[in-house]
Amino acid sequence: MLGRSLREVSAALKQGQITPTELCQKCLSLIKKTKFLNAYITVSEEVALKQAEESEKRYKNGQSLGDLDGIPIAVKDNFSTSGIETTCASNMLKGYIPPYNATVVQKLLDQGALLMGKTNLDEFAMGSGSTDGVFGPVKNPWSYSKQYREKRKQNPHSENEDSDWLITGGSSGGSAAAVSAFTCYAALGSDTGGSTRNPAAHCGLVGFKPSYGLVSRHGLIPLVNSMDVPGILTRCVDDAAIVLGALAGPDPRDSTTVHEPINKPFMLPSLADVSKLCIGIPKFQFCILTFCYKEYLVPELSSEVQSLWSKAADLFESEGAKVIEVSLPHTSYSIVCYHVLCTSEVASNMARFDGLQYGHRCDIDVSTEAMYAATRREGFNDVVRGRILSGNFFLLKENYENYFVKAQKVRRLIANDFVNAFNSGVDVLLTPTTLSEAVPYLEFIKEDNRTRSAQDDIFTQAVNMAGLPAVSIPVALSNQGLPIGLQFIGRAFCDQQLLTVAKWFEKQVQFPVIQLQELMDDCSAVLENEKLASVSLKQ
Amino acid sequence: MAAPMLRWGCRGRRWAFARVDGGSCHRRGAPTGSTSNQIRGESSVAQQPLHTAQKTRKGEHKWAAVVGLEIHAQISSNSKLFSGSQVRFSAPPNSLVSFFDASLPGTLPVLNRRCVEAAVMTGLALNCHINKKSLFDRKHYFYADLPAGYQITQQRLPIAVNGSLIYGVCAGKKQSQVIPKTVRIKQIQLEQDSGKSLHDNLRSQTLIDLNRAGVGLLEVVLEPDMSCGEEAATAVRELQLILQALGTSQANMAEGQLRVDANISVHHPGEPLGVRTEVKNLNSIRFLAKAIDYEIQRQINELENGGEILNETRSFHHKLGCTMSMRDKEGKQDYRWFMPEPNLPPLVLYDATSLPAGADPQQVINIDQIRETLPELPSVTREKLVQQYGMLLEHSFTLLNEVGLLEFFQNVIKETRAEPKKVTSWVLNTFLGYLKQQNLAVSESPVTPSALAELLDLLDSRTISSSAAKQVMDVKNRNPRAINKLIGLVRKATQSRADPVMIKEILEKKLSL
Repeated sequence: MLGRSLREVSAALKQGQITPTELCQKCLSLIKKTKFLNAYITVSEEVALKQAEESEKRYKNGQSLGDLDGIPIAVKDNFSTSGIETTCASNMLKGYIPPYNATVVQKLLDQGALLMGKTNLDEFAMGSGSTDGVFGPVKNPWSYSKQYREKRKQNPHSENEDSDWLITGGSSGGSAAAVSAFTCYAALGSDTGGSTRNPAAHCGLVGFKPSYGLVSRHGLIPLVNSMDVPGILTRCVDDAAIVLGALAGPDPRDSTTVHEPINKPFMLPSLADVSKLCIGIPKFQFCILTFCYKEYLVPELSSEVQSLWSKAADLFESEGAKVIEVSLPHTSYSIVCYHVLCTSEVASNMARFDGLQYGHRCDIDVSTEAMYAATRREGFNDVVRGRILSGNFFLLKENYENYFVKAQKVRRLIANDFVNAFNSGVDVLLTPTTLSEAVPYLEFIKEDNRTRSAQDDIFTQAVNMAGLPAVSIPVALSNQGLPIGLQFIGRAFCDQQLLTVAKWFEKQVQFPVIQLQELMDDCSAVLENEKLASVSLKQ
Repeated sequence: MAAPMLRWGCRGRRWAFARVDGGSCHRRGAPTGSTSNQIRGESSVAQQPLHTAQKTRKGEHKWAAVVGLEIHAQISSNSKLFSGSQVRFSAPPNSLVSFFDASLPGTLPVLNRRCVEAAVMTGLALNCHINKKSLFDRKHYFYADLPAGYQITQQRLPIAVNGSLIYGVCAGKKQSQVIPKTVRIKQIQLEQDSGKSLHDNLRSQTLIDLNRAGVGLLEVVLEPDMSCGEEAATAVRELQLILQALGTSQANMAEGQLRVDANISVHHPGEPLGVRTEVKNLNSIRFLAKAIDYEIQRQINELENGGEILNETRSFHHKLGCTMSMRDKEGKQDYRWFMPEPNLPPLVLYDATSLPAGADPQQVINIDQIRETLPELPSVTREKLVQQYGMLLEHSFTLLNEVGLLEFFQNVIKETRAEPKKVTSWVLNTFLGYLKQQNLAVSESPVTPSALAELLDLLDSRTISSSAAKQVMDVKNRNPRAINKLIGLVRKATQSRADPVMIKEILEKKLSL
């Protein structure tokens, strides 16, 4: 049952094959078994069981609230949850219990979903590995998969297995691990530069970033207000569409949400034919890697990813779609531009954490200023403090025009690149999500957070600059037996069209289910619904 | 980007003509809401003609002072600028604080429609150009009573610009002539108020009250077109009357609903402007005039003694009557930096020509519609008084400047047969004179408009003489000896046939003492 998709388990609940409480308990027991993954910061067991009980009553009375009623979900720990600790994986907010629910959390609860817990992340979502939170790094469930283990056995150089676990990617790595390890059916992430799509690619999941303004940010503790969106992590595209259907729509508490009526529910048609589609292939990768980032020693796009990308393009072409190369000349400046805009907003957004109203407060009481300084030094990690420092520098009166204003202009150019591409007739753009598959933790931490974020966001970041919808779809396993994802980017507010194309593609590639036999003793329950690992895009 | 979302707040009082202030500050000793004559009378430096006061000792050069003002007026609205918390003066500390006001992480601002309307209305009344698109910015500084670490304001593109304010300054031998002056208005911007810090020095603690945090403010920036404390004070008083007439702010300085910072410099006419200082903490019109004149004189003295003026923030110490440098980091830091507020889309306003067809009236603000509902402004009211009752312009100023006096005057006029000129004279001289003598506000007067109207009727019908009427006023104003004079008059009229005790009883009853 746990291995099923959200839609499938929803049907099972409706047919009475399983009750919400049974489902909730199965997930809770799996959460306990996979505790070592460090996916959850807080497990809200009591809340979930109580919600399950209420859901069960509704099913008994034939008053189900819909597809999400009784479905276990997890929420990244940077969404406010009423009465449940919300930490942002930071000392600053340890022990902070919000008095209100984020709009997206409230909407899920209103649909009857069961909140299993709050998932791990990089501190204040600043990172691309889920390695830089105060509660420690998240481990990628694929580290323990049969697929990966078997490949490693063939490798004579493989070292100590236990210390060689892989990162999930980030910053929503906890949410990705939670869904990937079958502890819930969907999870909320947040996406500012790729934080939902990146871990989705590394964990073999669908990671969806909706159009900016389609889903409310109220209650999402901000990283960059003008780029943040709540993201959705699921095991298939249809599931993402169900969750989006529950979340999308204007929110009077978020003035940046749009008023246009949203088509509900987000039912995705099954595309029979892609011959009317035009797929754009951006030719921006080499420019990024060689021109702009010499100082970062950016590793090349892995040949496996490169080859899967072109095979995916071939697949569309062979099915009759028009595939054209498009130019996005300014996207190569996205990362530097992002660095200025992100740190500036971070400096501003983090100003509220002064230890007065909530959160951590130091013991020093010599003066208000001394208290601020010590509180913030103790409360934030190096990454957060570094970004605050940069941001303050960029926003200084004498620097403002040269950095912040220029970065905003570049942002407009990046957004215009996409507009031009879509105006030229392209329906969706196809790119890699990440440079390569997930790397081992020990490898990952050889570079600092800033370098890693710059590398890992290369394909995902520009989308946030432009506010477009984008989704990472798992395509195939690498030679090492690890998932690789590709990204589709759609027109603003054409989220449904984007997901429809993604669904067609998902069906073609038949990505294999993660096999966690070695991880869990009673894996039979998990794998009862296992599909055949028929990868049509084999290397 | 999305259209701005507007909350519906109930309208505050629209037509607050000559509002009676509830504050206690006006009552004792310091008539802040006084006539322009009195402002002048109370500002010691300005009493001397300015050009003499500003002559150098050697008499070579004249000094000219340049004064600009930044005025913060609290918007009269039921809820705050970006949150649904109530706005109320003197509520228990921290009882009017929403999650947003306390800057809980994840909360977002939602613009209050009423505050936008108040800004448009004020802009129109001050002859401003209303920007159909304006923007919000964050102004950052660490302050315990600023929970988010920044204030949301309108730095780059404010809601209203390029206006003017006309005010009248008294001149002539008896200060009886009113000369109209104009000060340009640079801009009006919407912004958040901060909370309040209460310093408990004994326990070396600071207590924070966030009730005021997030209340809507109109920042009105007056160009440096004024040259002395009196001009600044008179301009502020005029603005106060306009805001009160519009109902956009109660503008009570004692309650902090109107706060003024002054930028002051001196120079020799024809030469470049001098270095300016900013004087803060001006919480009454009287102190405003005093502080500015003090600061002008201080700068002149400093320069004449070979010193230099520092570009600094100074605070007016009202007990000592002088300005002092604020050796505060805030002054030096010059308000660190700005950033566009990313959570608020541009504020778009419409007029009859740009209004989109079929627009939801609850989601749009129509400038033309607001223009149509503008109430009568003080200048028009004065003009009407002059035309209707044949009074002098300066009388109309006094009637409006004194809180509640115009209403009193109009009520007397309504009920009496007496000539308007007589009423004007009685209200402005006799009645107001008594109030001043007794240190009373109009609202505290023991004499009701009806009583004065009746008295004036008796006077008009020659039932009583002018001196008898004045004695009645005296009695009404609780002058215990005055009644004896009246008893004497009655005895005289009855040729001493009436019993004095009975006369006293009847009189007391009639005068409802």
